[in-house]
Amino acid sequence: MTVRQISVFIENKPGNMVKITDALGNAGVDIRAMSLADTQDFGILRLIVDDTDRAKKALKDAGCITSITDVIVAELPDVPGAMTKTVRLLAEHGINIEYIYAFISQEKNKKAYIVFRIKDTENASKVLTDEGIVLAGEGVI
Amino acid sequence: MKAPKTHNILSPEYECMSRDAIRQLQGERLRKVVKREYDNVPIYRERMDAKGIKPEDIKGVEDLRYLPFTNKTDLRDEFPFGLLAAPKSEIVRIQGSSGTTGKPIVSGYTQNDVDVWTEMVARALVAAGGTKEDIVQVCYGYGLFTGGLGAHQGATKIGAMTVPMSSGNTQRQIMMMKELGSTMLCCTPSYATYLGETIRDMGIDPKKELKLKSGCFGAEPWSEEMRGKIEELLDIDACDIYGLTEIAGPGVAFECLEKKGMHINEDHVIPEIIDPVTEEQLPYGTAGELVFTTITKEGMPMLRYRTHDICVINAEPCACGRTTVRMGRITGRTDDMMVIRGVNVFPSQIESVIVSVKGVAPFYMIIVDRVNYTDTLEIQVELDGENFSDTVSDLEKIRNEIAEKIKSVVGISAKITLVNAKSLPRSEGKAKRVIDNRKI
Ligand SMILES: [Zn+2]
Repeated sequence: MTVRQISVFIENKPGNMVKITDALGNAGVDIRAMSLADTQDFGILRLIVDDTDRAKKALKDAGCITSITDVIVAELPDVPGAMTKTVRLLAEHGINIEYIYAFISQEKNKKAYIVFRIKDTENASKVLTDEGIVLAGEGVI
Repeated sequence: MKAPKTHNILSPEYECMSRDAIRQLQGERLRKVVKREYDNVPIYRERMDAKGIKPEDIKGVEDLRYLPFTNKTDLRDEFPFGLLAAPKSEIVRIQGSSGTTGKPIVSGYTQNDVDVWTEMVARALVAAGGTKEDIVQVCYGYGLFTGGLGAHQGATKIGAMTVPMSSGNTQRQIMMMKELGSTMLCCTPSYATYLGETIRDMGIDPKKELKLKSGCFGAEPWSEEMRGKIEELLDIDACDIYGLTEIAGPGVAFECLEKKGMHINEDHVIPEIIDPVTEEQLPYGTAGELVFTTITKEGMPMLRYRTHDICVINAEPCACGRTTVRMGRITGRTDDMMVIRGVNVFPSQIESVIVSVKGVAPFYMIIVDRVNYTDTLEIQVELDGENFSDTVSDLEKIRNEIAEKIKSVVGISAKITLVNAKSLPRSEGKAKRVIDNRKI
């Protein structure tokens, strides 16, 4: 099971972030999770939102470059060690993680979610679910 | 769709002459034009007198090198009618260029001059596959600028259905292209790219919804990679066309469908390649500054006009059957050449790198500055909005690839900045691609 993540290219110029959040806010898109990868000159903002298609259109209209990537979102109990177990499992199966970020949901009993970007999502999903790790689907989080 | 390669020579009696016959014709015509200049244009008479040359001393093409040069500044100084070699009453047309600084330059055409120019553009269109069955959409600007009217006259001459759209209003251009079923396009290469991008953005499939087969693109230098881009975006054959108002307008030289250099209309102009510094003639095959002498022009003929364009002339026969010499792509200008950290840099070199890299669009801006007495070169490049990878390492890879290629092609290192798709200025005429902030 995967969730669609929307990535946005950001030039390292004042006001660029505001342009993006404005575009999403005006389109009534709710941001569920967010992570920023940045270098000295540019950044990539990665978002999980409640309505990916609407977000993509709003960002395109605002002149942003976007791309959609499928990511795996693991739902973990918010207790120490939960994350280690998941990451170790992937490592043991030789699955490479391109990037990772986490967020905590307020709505669903303070569950912790970890977003994984992995090339072979199908295989990784199987490895995790076989070990009883719950994966969240789009719209659940 | 692509244009068929058959029956695409308009005037074989001139375009396919033997080299000896061309040279002889050029000699005869040169003698006449030199006399005309000497008798009618004071600055030519003064300059020839100063060199001790009389018109009768010029016997053939081999004597060209004794003649004085003409510079753009001469057209400015003699503006508007000081260089006319025909009575004003014989002039039926004025064309000109806005000129980037100060006074414009203009050229006066007799009816015969307009006809010759028209013939040159017609040859170009035919060489790109044009026939009377075609619908030619002209999106060069109409006016003093020679692009619009030049293409218009040429297309009309070959009997094609001519659509004088002029420049701008891209949505309307595309609508007309679709509704009329335009088969050929005449515009700048950067506008052709922009049209192609817009067409793709609108979800139009050129293979199914458009009837374009080829185009003549000119008025600014472009590259082989840009040709690939235009041909792919629009599904056409893209041919280069060259010209300048001082000589006639577009059509002075043009590419055939072999796409291996532009055939120069040698029955109307004599090309030379010179060393821009010593002003000595260079042999064909050597890169240098292109110089033209017009040999049929009556209104404002030019002796040895210095174009400041740098290219190579190739005298090898072409597979298309034409025997005229071909000029290679303009690889730079002797006057827009930038000297950065002591190295000569041409924007066209940078363009050739950018269009060869996947993941970026062929739009860029070159920013030159001087920090702590050292020149800096920054190149802003647009990311390709359709194929954007969301990992930092992929974007860094693109950046490094451009930086390394620039270093090997240009010889100096540059800071590469990736910018948003469609964020750099688009132009419907000549694109401004260099910002030089140095205060020297
Ligand atoms: Zn040819």
